[in-house]
Amino acid sequence: MDRVQIRLVAIWAVLIGLLGLTVVASFLLQGVPSVAASLGIALAKAGLIFWFFMRLRSEGGLMRLAATGAAIWLVVLLSLVSVDYLTR
Amino acid sequence: MLVFLASEIMLFGGLFAVVLALRLMHPNEVVAASRRLDLWIGTVNTAVLLTSSLAVALAVHAARCGRHRRVAILLGVAALLGIGFLALKGFEYAGEARAGLLPALSATYRFSGPVEHLFMNLYLVSTALHALHVTVGVVLLGAVAGTAAVGRLRLPERAIVSENAGLYWHLVDAIWIFLYPVLYLAR
Repeated sequence: MDRVQIRLVAIWAVLIGLLGLTVVASFLLQGVPSVAASLGIALAKAGLIFWFFMRLRSEGGLMRLAATGAAIWLVVLLSLVSVDYLTR
Repeated sequence: MLVFLASEIMLFGGLFAVVLALRLMHPNEVVAASRRLDLWIGTVNTAVLLTSSLAVALAVHAARCGRHRRVAILLGVAALLGIGFLALKGFEYAGEARAGLLPALSATYRFSGPVEHLFMNLYLVSTALHALHVTVGVVLLGAVAGTAAVGRLRLPERAIVSENAGLYWHLVDAIWIFLYPVLYLAR
């Protein structure tokens, strides 16, 4: 195996580890800490997939923006939805 | 390809917004509804998709190195894992239909209340839409694996073909990574 393959397998191992962590967290935490943990871990997993598996690591700024622009915009929209419901 | 994937993110984004609003308005009922889903099938399916993504990432690397046979095998493995994901999902739907939890097949009175009914509607729509994307991905990966196997895909010059199929598959995986905690792990 060359270095790239070893790196990809290592990222997969980290992803499976994070999956185990999120399952454990779902048994230990409840309410807001549970949501924060599960969504934080999901963001970390998606970040690893975008950065290493989708090769954003070796792309330029424009490609990175194109790949993550919609996700960032969605975070803004969902935050505004939350603000609406939490302040009623 | 990335701009198309951005439109897919926004498509699922609407569903995530509704789940978020439901959770904020009825936190206890959503947690109770989430507890009735099969956590372990969801977890195994997440691991299946993560592993298929590894196979696709390794295949794209092999395509850049011009290794036809390896590309065909790895994309074939990823497509088979995708079929495994769909089979497990079908098994899960069947169990939920027997328990009276699947909106399209179960009578309204079998749900504990309107919030559980709405949560299960959202579950069915979002996972079925995702399963449709997995099906398209399986066909795409199978087609690229086939052309690589018979030597019709010139590598490494046309590695972009496997890269674009791979980008689509990774995004389908990334969407599941968010559906899984939002639907199965609401506590």
